[in-house]
Amino acid sequence: MTQHEHLQADVLVIGAGGAGMYAAIEAARRGRSVILADRSLVGRGGATVMAQMTVAVALEEGGLDHPEHHLADTLAAGRGLCDAAIARLLCEEGPARIREMDAWGVGWARENGAHKRAFAPGHDRPRCVYVDFLNTGPAVSKTLRAQLNRISEIRRVGDLRVTALALEGGECVGASALHLASGRPFSISAAATVLATGGLTRLYRRNSASANMTGDGYALALEAGAELIDMEFVQFFPIGHLAPRLVGMDPIMWDPFRYKLGGRLLNGRGEEFFQRYGSRDEGRYVVTRDVATYAIVKEVAAGRGSPHGGAWLSFEHCSEAELRAAGGPVIDRLAANGIDLTRQAVEVAPIAHYHMGGVRVDAVMATRVPGLYAAGEAVGGANGANRLSGNAITEALVFGHVAGASAAAHAARRRARAGRGAFRAQVEALRDGRAEPDFNPAGMLEAMQSLMQEDVGPFRTRSGLERALGRLRALAAELPAVRPAAGRPYDCALADWLDLGVMARVGECVAAAALARSESRGAHQREDFPGMDPRWAFNQTLELESGALRVRGEPVPA
Amino acid sequence: MNGKATLVLRRGAPGEAPREERWEVPFEPGQSVLDGLRWIRAQRDASLAIRYSCTNANTCKECMMRIDGRTVYACTARLRECEMRIEPLPNKALVRDLVTEIAPPDERLGS
Repeated sequence: MTQHEHLQADVLVIGAGGAGMYAAIEAARRGRSVILADRSLVGRGGATVMAQMTVAVALEEGGLDHPEHHLADTLAAGRGLCDAAIARLLCEEGPARIREMDAWGVGWARENGAHKRAFAPGHDRPRCVYVDFLNTGPAVSKTLRAQLNRISEIRRVGDLRVTALALEGGECVGASALHLASGRPFSISAAATVLATGGLTRLYRRNSASANMTGDGYALALEAGAELIDMEFVQFFPIGHLAPRLVGMDPIMWDPFRYKLGGRLLNGRGEEFFQRYGSRDEGRYVVTRDVATYAIVKEVAAGRGSPHGGAWLSFEHCSEAELRAAGGPVIDRLAANGIDLTRQAVEVAPIAHYHMGGVRVDAVMATRVPGLYAAGEAVGGANGANRLSGNAITEALVFGHVAGASAAAHAARRRARAGRGAFRAQVEALRDGRAEPDFNPAGMLEAMQSLMQEDVGPFRTRSGLERALGRLRALAAELPAVRPAAGRPYDCALADWLDLGVMARVGECVAAAALARSESRGAHQREDFPGMDPRWAFNQTLELESGALRVRGEPVPA
Repeated sequence: MNGKATLVLRRGAPGEAPREERWEVPFEPGQSVLDGLRWIRAQRDASLAIRYSCTNANTCKECMMRIDGRTVYACTARLRECEMRIEPLPNKALVRDLVTEIAPPDERLGS
């Protein structure tokens, strides 16, 4: 048996988006050595880099805002299910992180020296800072990367896909991983591990995030003995671009246009329709994401959708000058795609955008497994049943900072490192399998995305959820027999097979929690149980018991 | 809309003789070359190695390759209803098929 390759550090951070990069920076600032691993390339493959605009933060500049106001809006958006301590952390620590990013040169948009703040749905006042034009994510990513590069205690590793966390005496002691570029297995021992793997939006056929958002951290945490929370609440972004086909544009691109110009949302007959669902839009961008998604899906179901099955979004009432001022160079990219917004409406429809649920942690981002922490979208609890616009980047930075500090403190107390032996079985499992797969995991993955979209999407029924659970469990049972062996450089079929296993497990979590919750609340809408039921004002947690998923109701933490 | 595009791919791993493969993929106006490559993987041959993260947003900058002799991103290069030649970047170390080593040197684990 050949000895596998082994790395070690005080702190292992898995996932190099905004949360992971911040966690690595903070752990290193506290004197710890760090390995920052990403399955893609550092700072490029996560969701952060794709953020278009808003970052919610209660800056007290000019006495205009206070974290208490931000917290009140966050809790209201969460429909009674937020973990108040974690939501409070997000709101109270947000300003410090936004200022630190400012000091690092991120370039928040300013007017006369003051931060420009956009008004976003669900907020009681203009609260969202941003970087023009539609450049918030790339600017945040680049700024954090520049800081990372200055810190020699951080070893950055791309193309390293973590496949399992390792435990010793019930504590997390590191992870096993596949180095995609070479096809070689690795192990990494670390006294503390931070999951910063982002969300699960790739489970859905129509989504707005990167191909890496397969819910890796949820599956890793669950297998290691941690709990998940609020897994039924997947946020669909109501106005994802649907048609005509555009290249080089993120499907959430219309969000900044609506912040700046309002725009009109119309059904297939050219009528405004939010009033049918108890809300009013009237050319302003005020309806929260859960309500807007519901309204669009309902209009389509009633036969009043746009030609491709969504709604029309029109800026035809805006002048060329207004559009240019709002979109800047994006107007040229639209023109290159043959789109002139003064003359035509575009079609939009809900797309999977963000996951409210995630790894259950306390207010220092610790899971119940010693040595295991989480940060960013991987964390559940802050946003309850529905996330407020603009809270995702803020939580990435805040939770990353806190998780990095907690992991550093834990690593300072635990000086011993696990040896290769702790990882041997996991590494051997990677080498096990077939040389040439005789099935198409990429096609199976697309089929799974369709199944999730149809049966576990923005609209749910008992029969659909049961069908999805049956199919996901059947798929999970088939996978071990067709496992491809690691060994080839950049083996996409093996990567897909690993994704399928993770996605089947995480999809099962979403479907099982959604099936149990017999009401509609926030992003979880049951056709067979319309309306919020006050008896359901509690969270659901999930854990593995002898390999089987167990869903449990628990009171919302005070 | 039943058009076809023909993608001529150069494939292989380091140390192997490169081989050429021709694939016909469905064509719809507005599609990208990456759409065509993803179709090949899902419908015909999942062993084709390609690298991308953001899929369509032009942000991750991972899908850079050589298309008809020009270095471009596959996600923004438009699929055309004709034959297109797709090759890995000539000036980067080949990993496999259309994937080359584009990570900064200090972020690689070595080979």
